[in-house]
Amino acid sequence: MTSAVGSERTTTGKRLSRFGQQHPNIKLGGLLTGPVLWLVLAYIGSLAALLIAAFWRVDGFTTKLVRNWNLGNFREMARTTVYRTITFRTIGVAFAVTVICMMIAVPMAFTMAKIMKPNRRRLAVVAVLMPLWSSYLVKSYAWRIIFIQGGVLEWAGLPSPGFGLTATVILLSYLWLPYMILPIYAGFERLPNSLLEASADLGGKTGRTFRSVILPMIKPSLIAGSIFTFSLTMGDYIAVGIVGGKSQFLGNTIYAKFGTANNLPLAAALSTIPVVAMVIYLMSVRRTGALENL
Amino acid sequence: MRKGFTTAAVVGLLALTASACSSDKKADTATTTKAAEVTTTAGPATSSTTGETTIAPASDKGEGAVNIVAWAGYVENGTNDPKVDWTSAWEKESGCKVNVKIGNTSDEMVQLMTSGEYDVVSASGDATQRLMAGGEVVPLDLTKIPNYADIFDALKLKPWNSIDGKPYGAPQGRGANLLMYNTDLIKTAPDSWGVVFDAASPSKGKVTAYDAPIYIADAAVYLKTAKPELKITNPYELDDKQFAAAVDLLKVQKGIVGEYWSDYTKTQQAFEQGSIILGTTWQVIVNGAQGNKAPVAAVLPKEGATGWSDTWMISSKAKHPNCAYQFVNHIVSPAANAANSEYFGEAPANKKACDLTSDKEFCKTFHADDEAFFKNIYYWTTPVADCGDDRGKVCKPFADWEKAWTEIKG
Amino acid sequence: MFLSRRARATLRAFTSVGFAVLYIPLIVVLVASFNISNTFTWPPKALSTQWWGRVLRWPGWTLKIWNAIKIEALRESLLTSLKIALFATILALLLGSLAAFAVHRYSFFGRTTLSLLVVLPIALPGIVTGLALNQAFRRLGLDLGVTTVVVAHATFCIVIVYNNLIARLKRMQPSLEEASSDLGATGMQTFRYVTFPLIRSALLAGALLSFALSFDEIVVTTFTSGASTQTLPQWIFSNLSRPKQAPVVNVVGVIVIVLSIVPVYFAQRLTDQEPGAAGR
Repeated sequence: MTSAVGSERTTTGKRLSRFGQQHPNIKLGGLLTGPVLWLVLAYIGSLAALLIAAFWRVDGFTTKLVRNWNLGNFREMARTTVYRTITFRTIGVAFAVTVICMMIAVPMAFTMAKIMKPNRRRLAVVAVLMPLWSSYLVKSYAWRIIFIQGGVLEWAGLPSPGFGLTATVILLSYLWLPYMILPIYAGFERLPNSLLEASADLGGKTGRTFRSVILPMIKPSLIAGSIFTFSLTMGDYIAVGIVGGKSQFLGNTIYAKFGTANNLPLAAALSTIPVVAMVIYLMSVRRTGALENL
Repeated sequence: MRKGFTTAAVVGLLALTASACSSDKKADTATTTKAAEVTTTAGPATSSTTGETTIAPASDKGEGAVNIVAWAGYVENGTNDPKVDWTSAWEKESGCKVNVKIGNTSDEMVQLMTSGEYDVVSASGDATQRLMAGGEVVPLDLTKIPNYADIFDALKLKPWNSIDGKPYGAPQGRGANLLMYNTDLIKTAPDSWGVVFDAASPSKGKVTAYDAPIYIADAAVYLKTAKPELKITNPYELDDKQFAAAVDLLKVQKGIVGEYWSDYTKTQQAFEQGSIILGTTWQVIVNGAQGNKAPVAAVLPKEGATGWSDTWMISSKAKHPNCAYQFVNHIVSPAANAANSEYFGEAPANKKACDLTSDKEFCKTFHADDEAFFKNIYYWTTPVADCGDDRGKVCKPFADWEKAWTEIKG
Repeated sequence: MFLSRRARATLRAFTSVGFAVLYIPLIVVLVASFNISNTFTWPPKALSTQWWGRVLRWPGWTLKIWNAIKIEALRESLLTSLKIALFATILALLLGSLAAFAVHRYSFFGRTTLSLLVVLPIALPGIVTGLALNQAFRRLGLDLGVTTVVVAHATFCIVIVYNNLIARLKRMQPSLEEASSDLGATGMQTFRYVTFPLIRSALLAGALLSFALSFDEIVVTTFTSGASTQTLPQWIFSNLSRPKQAPVVNVVGVIVIVLSIVPVYFAQRLTDQEPGAAGR
């Protein structure tokens, strides 16, 4: 036992350990200071500062920030129909992307976790990770080549949806698919085979086992993956500009207000939409334990 | 512990917000209203007796670096392609290291300039006035830019690069927004912008338009001739009635548009593939597509067209004013101007540049000294509320254009 | 197994199709990198290695991969991206571990809030995070540069490490650590000899995904980088608008994937070893 010799000397490490044992609260404080300072001060603070800007406005001529508190931006958001249209369109696309990703990811993750042999499994996980290393822009332009008239799809004799909402949904589903596969795969890995076999022993057919045993157990993982797909879709403004045709989404609009109009308050006001949507979603799925499965 | 966490959170929030408010107040009082009345700025700027901001550094020595915001392709120093370099030799000579931030839209450039981190910007006409009005840029001391003398007179002291006869920037070049069409599918050359505003167009779904609020002026240019009862004289000074007519026309156009473009590689690709067969273009795209044997041609329609002229401006908060001046003088010199306008694909601003381009027909193709051509071009300028004529202050400012553009695209 | 043979065959087939779909666009990228056209047209009228020639020195490149890349701006942006991803991952590992241990070992007020807080940076759209941090940095008078980008990236990478670690800590048998203390080890020694080996693979998995996220991030980076900082995604973005040179990005896309296959494979192998974790 190495500790027999070491215990004679009181090293700094030992002193710290003893102190930590005797004062668990300080140890806790020590553990928490870093992350809390970072997240609360740096992140939440800046988020709050941004959202506060939503209550201000810009001077039309000089485009300087004017700090009189007013609800003007929110009123304008509510009044202008186009913002509503854009919001619903973006949320709709996010929904579609999430569902498509789930439908593809669940069978794939199941096969990887339960059916493949261990060697193949490792290769499969690496194969899922690799596309993440290819630039998001390069992949988006590849899909542009696929969708464009005379592009890969039409060249192969298949009909192409052209640029627009369908193309955007397909591209985004492709981009975020690995982010959906990984948590679900982890969830399946944690699912004991014995449960599945027990279900079969009790007479459950494949469908029934899936509905009553598998689905409830991987629900946290599904929701974890959906957090990725929802937030990534709602904030995206680059990929949609490449295959979206003439559609505009929430991400482009916020970016345009910030960049084109130099209208930070309106951009901030528009930003509250995805923030509120995601916070509501997160709070409601907190209980399912999904937040720990990302 | 319970109180600790919440207190920390609240304190953190308050601290950041408080610092946000206080530090901005300082910056706010510094640059208040119009450029002519700016009093002080941070850094090396000083206020002169007339109340204007000038940058008057203590000595003429370069500061060792210069931070620039520019379009891709304007400031190349060989790090992307060793053959494309008009900057690195100057860097060595002047001792000013060049740091370039690529701006993707001129509006993004305005945004970057307000941060005060950049010394020089190449701004398009729809952004320059915002910069001038916001006091972000200074009137140029022409004694420090001897090459300015060789610039085409037609580009000097224009509304988008000067105030009250004082130049606020050095022109880079100019270009027009032409109408491009697919010669295989459109047999007769169009002669009017009406073809891109026609709801019943046979090219439905394959039309393109430039994706920026300033494009509303293009509709106004068409309406100037098509609906003379609207009495449009300047497509950037539109009152309620004229503006509404332009916006309505653009909403009609949206029905036949396939894609709006802001990045010209995409639109060149679209024309070459045939997914777009008609729409606004730049000369460089025409050349590129024709160089790739695509069946396209471009015309300047009878109503005229909008155009653009970029300007090199110096920040009022410049941390490296000497290098900034030296850079601007260098970039508008005949050699550099010839190199970068040929690379980017626009008509150069410096008269002497035409002798130095590698393609001897370059200036002719781009109408560099063809003032008759540019007579019908309405250069991008920032729309402001003051119509500049006897209508008074009833015109739509840029903020309204921007809002309308979001609504048009839907 | 409870699945019929046919069900398993169907699933295997589906998975193969899934992987094919995942890789077909990457094959398009590969083909496009040999396309002679400078505007991404299809089908390629002719194949050419000109874009590869622009990027790589061929032949005669030494064993130093670095020198093989001709485009200086590309080399620098690659280096910057690697640097940023490394530092952001280290920071995320530190902060994520601290938070995970605190939440797992202790119960305190705000515990569930912390879980929510940790997720927020990645759950909120990048443009919001980018805008917020940009404004905060500017108001605090900080110069935008590598440091600010590292800070921004670390913020949304924390959750990746945190979650991987918490999942592992939950599955760990506390009896192992108790046994270690019973045998006389101090807190530090227990951590070094017992806990750390058990959590190492979870940390590695978190680090790998964090690195990948930071390496390919462009939205938040756009808002938090300054004049002289250019990451690889930013270089790619600006190159797409550079006249006549856009297709070089396809070459870069292929190179990055090829270069990362080996490190990712080995990293993944290391994460597979799970001594002492709760068994199936």
